[in-house]
Order: sequence, then C-alpha cells, then structure tokens
Amino acid sequence: MSAIRTLVELLAGCRNAADLAPREWDGVIAVARAEALLATLAHRIDGAALPEPVARLLADARAAADVATAQALWEAEMARRALAPAGVDFVLLKGAAYAAADLPCAPGRQIGDLDILVARDALPGAEAALITAGWEWVKEDVYDDAYYRDHMHELPPLIHKLRDRMIDVHHTIIPPTARPSPDAASMLDRAIMLPNGYKVLHPFDRMIHCAAHLFADGDLAGGLRNLWDFHCLTRDFQARGDGDSDTPEGALGYDAWLGDMRARARLWGLGPAVRRASHLSAALFENAGDYRRLSLGDRLFRARLLARDDWGRETRPFLRLAFYIRSHWLRMPPLMLARHLWTKWRKGHAAAR
Amino acid sequence: MRHSIRIAVGPVQFRIGSDWAGPVAALGHLYAGYPQDDTRPADATVRLYANRPWRRWLRPSVHIGGDYIVPDALPLPLSMGLLAAEMGMNLQVALGWRRHLLLHASAVARDDRSVILSGASGSGKSTLAALLGESGWRLMGDEFTLIDPASGDALAFPRAVSLKNEAIAEVEARVGPARLGPLLAGTPKGDIRHLIPRADAVAAMHEPVRPALLLFPQFGGAPAIERIGQGEAFVRLTEASTNYIALGEAGFAALTRLVRETPAFTIAYPDSATGMSLVEQLWALAPR
Repeated sequence: MSAIRTLVELLAGCRNAADLAPREWDGVIAVARAEALLATLAHRIDGAALPEPVARLLADARAAADVATAQALWEAEMARRALAPAGVDFVLLKGAAYAAADLPCAPGRQIGDLDILVARDALPGAEAALITAGWEWVKEDVYDDAYYRDHMHELPPLIHKLRDRMIDVHHTIIPPTARPSPDAASMLDRAIMLPNGYKVLHPFDRMIHCAAHLFADGDLAGGLRNLWDFHCLTRDFQARGDGDSDTPEGALGYDAWLGDMRARARLWGLGPAVRRASHLSAALFENAGDYRRLSLGDRLFRARLLARDDWGRETRPFLRLAFYIRSHWLRMPPLMLARHLWTKWRKGHAAAR
Repeated sequence: MRHSIRIAVGPVQFRIGSDWAGPVAALGHLYAGYPQDDTRPADATVRLYANRPWRRWLRPSVHIGGDYIVPDALPLPLSMGLLAAEMGMNLQVALGWRRHLLLHASAVARDDRSVILSGASGSGKSTLAALLGESGWRLMGDEFTLIDPASGDALAFPRAVSLKNEAIAEVEARVGPARLGPLLAGTPKGDIRHLIPRADAVAAMHEPVRPALLLFPQFGGAPAIERIGQGEAFVRLTEASTNYIALGEAGFAALTRLVRETPAFTIAYPDSATGMSLVEQLWALAPR
C-alpha cells in the first residue's frame, strides 16, 4: 500500500499504527511532513505501541506543534491589541480559530499565517491600525497590490517587521470575482464569541469556509490537511449532537442541522463544494477507503489529494497542472483571466530580460 | 527512487534517495564505518533528483529535495553530487530537527567535556575541529552541535568533515588517503574534500558531553584571546542556531543555561597551529 494511503488509514483510525512494519514509517513520515500532517498524526496515534525512533520523532512533532500553536495564538493576541483600540471587530479564521476554540482538529494542526475576517467597510481602519502597530506590505508590485485590492477577498498580505509573521485580512471567504457569493455580513453577524474573547465563525460557516477553501478556490495544494479539518469539523458537529447550544437550530438534531448548513451553502453557490467535501471526507476518513460511491468527479479530486509517492514527491503532474488551471478558472471570468495572465506573462518576460 | 542509502549521524537517521548511482556510492564510501541499522525508520528524507527526465544523462544536474527544501536553490553538476547530498542532509537537520537546540558550530571533546566552536563560514571552525580531532581530541562534528534541553549536555553530529580550500592540504598532510573522499574542485563553496572522522569518534557519537568552553574563532590577524560576557555569547549563539526561535521557551532555557555555565571567549589566530595552541591554553585554564 502506498504511504499516503497508509497515512489516510492511520488518521481514519482503520489501521493500527502498531501493525506497521518499521520501514513503512519512512514513507508515512515523509508524506505526512509534505502534507503538513505529521503533528496531527502524532496526536491521532499518541499512545500507540510504536518503534522507539518513531515514538520519539512524533513526540518531537507534538512538542514543536505546541510551541507553534502558542506562537500563532500570540499573533492573534497581537492583532487584537492592534485592532481593538481602533474599534475594528474581527473574527479568527482557519487554524488560529480552531486553536482558539480548541476544536478537535486543533491538536498538532499547523498554523501558517494569521487569517482574520473583518467587515468590508472596516478594511481601511484595520489596515491603518495594523500598519501603525508595525505590520508592513510584502508585495511592492503595483499591479499585484491593485489586483488584491480590486479583485481579492483579502488585503495584500502584511508582515510584522519585528516578529516576521504574516497576517491576511479578509473581508469575505473567496475572491469576489469567483462565481459563488457567500454573504460575509451574515457570517460576521452569526460569529460566536468565545470565553477567551476571540470571535470565530458559526459552526455552519466554519464548515462552509473550509469546503470553499478546498474546492471552490485554489489548486488543492495542502488539500489533504484541509479535508482532515473538514472531517474533524463534521465530527465536532456530531459529537455535540444537539449542535451548538447558542443556536436555535441545535434543538432540531444533527441531521436537520446539517441540512440547514447545506441550505446556507447552496444559497451562496457553495452547495457543490460542501457536498464534495462531505463525500470525500467520508470516503477517506470514515468508510475505511470505500470509494465505490464516489462520482467520477470526486475520484479525480481524490486522485489529486493523494498524488504523492513514498519519498514524499509530488506525482501526477498533468492532474496537478489541470487543477492549477482550474484554480485560475474558478477565480475569475475568462476575459479577466486572459488579461491577468497576459499582464503576468509580460512582467515575467520583462523580469527575465 | 532508483538508488538509496541509509546513514545515521548522531541522533539523526537519514534516508537518501538519488536518481544516480554516483552520489550514493560516494556516500557509501564515506559512511561505511558508521553504525548501520536497516530496520530503523528514517527521521529525515533527502532526495537528489533530475528536474527533467533527460537531465539524468544530458548535462546531468542534481536538485536537492527532501522533507524540507529551499525554494529556488540552484542545482549542482553531477560531479558535485556528494556536496549536494551533504547540503541536503544539513538542510533537513537545520530546518527539521526539534529534539535539541541546534548550534551551527563544530565541537571536540576530551575527558567527557567539550569545546564548542561557533563562527561563520571562513572562521576556521571546521578546520580547527578536524585538526584537533587528529591530535588527541574526540571530534564531535564540524557543522552542528546539539544541546539537549533536558540535561544541558552537548551531543555530537559527526558527519564527514567538509574540508575547504587550504584546509584540504593541511589535513592531507596528516591522514592517509583512505580517510579522505574525492576532491570536488571548483564548487560554489570552493574546493571541497571530505574527511572521514576517526573510528573512535564515530563509535562514541551517542555519548553526551558536558560543555566546558564556548569559543568564537576568527581566522586571520594576530593571536588574541578575549573573554566575552554571557549576554554577548547568548546573542551570538541565537544567531548561530537554526531552531532557536522554533523551540520557543525550551530553546531560551537551554541557551541561557549554556551561556551561564560555560565560559566564552573569542580567539583570533593567524594559522591553524596557533589556533590549536590557543584552544589547548584555554582548556588548561577551564574550570573543572
């Protein structure tokens, strides 16, 4: 069995980590690192009877992830201290949100940049407050900067000059030029205040955002990690049974709740993304690799998600390229895409000379 | 991958894959005397690969990959495959290892106590360590020294020593050709030839050692020794560490303990013999 399939089965819990041959770990560790899932795996199989070098390496990974999570939450705190005095209300997204809310996907999850969501009309205030507090522009290029401001769902990335950490300030969850149109105002409206003072998205919107990020935006790089997030968010839903106590939908039970979440996604044109995320996360992480019920389309996504060999190398270059092209196709209408690629190509050409 | 080899250096088990037989055979020669456990899973994976299938034969050039990569790193010609392997192994340790505080430093030991030599490329730390390793000291490593956050001990990483330029002739004069790798002339880092550490240094590579001296060598100029304070040693070592920030509080605790318990000096020396005698001189005075 390929290492990446073994990794999926270990995460799913349908393969006993103690049963792996010692040298099978070579590949599992390499692909888990490549997919940013090593510390997640380390938490998932914590306590299993493992070869001593593997147990030590996974303990290292857990300890490193603890430090990284603390650093990421500190970055959220820094953003709070910069934005609160300016009266900018913000919601944590993705990794920082999972950690702040202590969700089941949080232990070991790698957190990259700090992602936050603010109201569109609060963007200028947020930008000014962050710059005052020491964040600086990364993209100096005029075209890139204008492109972000005119067409993206976030400000051009900012890096803090002392801590060297990046913040992405979003005003919605996918580029406005893409076809789906999520209602960011409604998401901000339904955001939940945590006991620690941070706001995170409503559980519905967490799942919709995760699915949108996976299947309605981007080229599926790091997709397996995001699909694992989606799976954990689903389980979080299920574990609570009655949903969230502070939402009236909770009383209706899990199925009705899930139905409501899907209706919300459909309303925004994200029904297909959520459906695909549900199918694939169930097939990979719940049904022990039973792929028989997957559609042809789902199978292409599955092949892309698992396109790695036992040395951690990317495989299936043509499939990867197809998904890369798709990511641009999703992001903008054809004419705009043509113009964008033309500008980028000319710039690349000028730089080469 | 087509060719592969497993190498254990200090606490790190490497798995190195290559599209060509050459680099693997060269590694096999350098690391033949190292302990071999074929059932031990790898901590780190290195890949030496051709970017395009035809580049395996046509002007073959070696790209360095692995668990951790440096984007846009330039490939090396196949004749320098051994250097590519060394760079790939260093990269995995520098960016991936979290069990210990990593210092970009060479180290030697005697009587279960160690001298740690930290400095930029060109400071002569590798050469000094290699020469001391041939003169009654146990060579711990020429590139990385690992500090165990729990005990404060130094751990060895005795990879094959990467001798550069003038250091090659100095060492060639002292050891037999069986302990040297092939001469890699005209690499981006100058001429390089690898030295296989003495068998006793390899055999002792898992034995932790108490740090006794922290030295910051500077090659060139009149001989000089200067004591430096804990604060300066601390700052210099944060700059010499590749994982100090990633380790967070554990890294801070390990490094403060190291500089508190270990006297630190800068040394300037015009030639290796003087450098070695300055080390011996400070060693004689070091607290026990």
